[in-house]
Amino acid sequence: MLSRRSFVSLFLAAGALLALAARAEEAPDAFIMRISTDVLDAVKADKSIQTGDVQKVIALVDAKVMPSVNFRRMTASAVGRFWRQATPEQQQRLQEEFKTLLIRTYSGALTQVKDQTVDLKPMRSKPEDDDVVVRTEVRGKGDPVQLDYRLEKTANGWKIYDVNVLGVWLVQNYRNSFAQEIGASGVDGLIAKLAEKNKAAAGKP
Amino acid sequence: MTGDFHPAWRRWVMALLLLASAGCATVPPGTTQRQQIDPFEAWNRKVFAFNETLDDALLKPVASVYVEIVPPLARRGIGNFYANLADAWSAVNMLLQGKPVTAAEGAFRFSVNTVFGFGGVLDVASEMGYGRNYGDFGQTLGIWGMDAGAYLMWPLIGPSTMRESLALPLNYAASPMYLFHLSFAGQFGVWALQLVNTRASLLGMGSLLDDIALDKYTFVRDAYLQRRRSLLGDSDEPPAPDPSQDDPEAAPATAPKPEPAQ
Repeated sequence: MLSRRSFVSLFLAAGALLALAARAEEAPDAFIMRISTDVLDAVKADKSIQTGDVQKVIALVDAKVMPSVNFRRMTASAVGRFWRQATPEQQQRLQEEFKTLLIRTYSGALTQVKDQTVDLKPMRSKPEDDDVVVRTEVRGKGDPVQLDYRLEKTANGWKIYDVNVLGVWLVQNYRNSFAQEIGASGVDGLIAKLAEKNKAAAGKP
Repeated sequence: MTGDFHPAWRRWVMALLLLASAGCATVPPGTTQRQQIDPFEAWNRKVFAFNETLDDALLKPVASVYVEIVPPLARRGIGNFYANLADAWSAVNMLLQGKPVTAAEGAFRFSVNTVFGFGGVLDVASEMGYGRNYGDFGQTLGIWGMDAGAYLMWPLIGPSTMRESLALPLNYAASPMYLFHLSFAGQFGVWALQLVNTRASLLGMGSLLDDIALDKYTFVRDAYLQRRRSLLGDSDEPPAPDPSQDDPEAAPATAPKPEPAQ
């Protein structure tokens, strides 16, 4: 017979499983709204982020945003047809450097947050779709900024794999630059270039 | 707007048409996609470098001083004033694109802001919930079915395409510089104020572009072309295939063989 304690822990485990399942069932727009609000609230609550403490923003992005991003897919689509020619080590390095680059960009944008709010725009996909675009508008002073996300459904819930700012898909926008670099000096050349870029930016105040 | 077509513009349009027809000439076999969208890359890069130098040496310093002198509220008012005139032109273009409802909303927006917003200095319509629908003549030409054509970088004006360049004179005719029948110095003043005010609003971005772009020229070009394409329709470009899925079954054997890197 189950002891009282093991019964309780079984109950708790079942509850956790249910919560996980509920998260996987979460609608993509609700998922984006949850993350956006979460991040905006955290930024607004933290004065040191608004004054430009980049390390703090990076920590925030790492904790709240990165778990919801499919970074492997992001990097692979930016690298395009050269991805399969890269060795697993090269793929790993590309992923790390690209991640650093994008986190820094995103963090820079977050330090500009003041009184912004996020509005969802109507979904155009069907509820059963597992690859969708969620459209949002960031409202603050001035014109609203279009901010859209491409999401894929995975076993671990929704994952973001591209972001659109004002009509420009960010990952897609790197494709030509990456191909140009690989064409000139190979995959290792691209890795070196990304690393150099990150190093230069990290050296700045 | 007066109906007469300035002779200088006629020459401009003729030159562009010639350029456009040269650009549309048969693409030689073996050209990559990159050469197709940007056949004048070597020249464009020179103009881009010139614009960058000009920005560093003149525009950015002037904008920085401007921000010190002109209070935020005044800068916002100036921005609104220009945006309001652009709204009127957007509404005209919505009509030309066969979107009468959006055009009417735009016209309403313009009237409200002009009358109740002191000539457009205050954006009352946005407060009332009437958002902006941007439109210009280059977009209209695109909606009508004209191809963007080759990418072109203009001194001072910045990124453009053949199609957008054809639309430039008409967009200019709808701008405050022309509408107010100012002297040349006056037109220059109105233009310069708009340029500095816009540049000032971008100062907060700092060196963001330098930080994220591997090659700033390519990054700006691709972002510009994507943005212009996005203005043409609500339809999204399909997502890029996911090369990280190393499933041989998922990758059709008929997929084009990748070209070896140059």
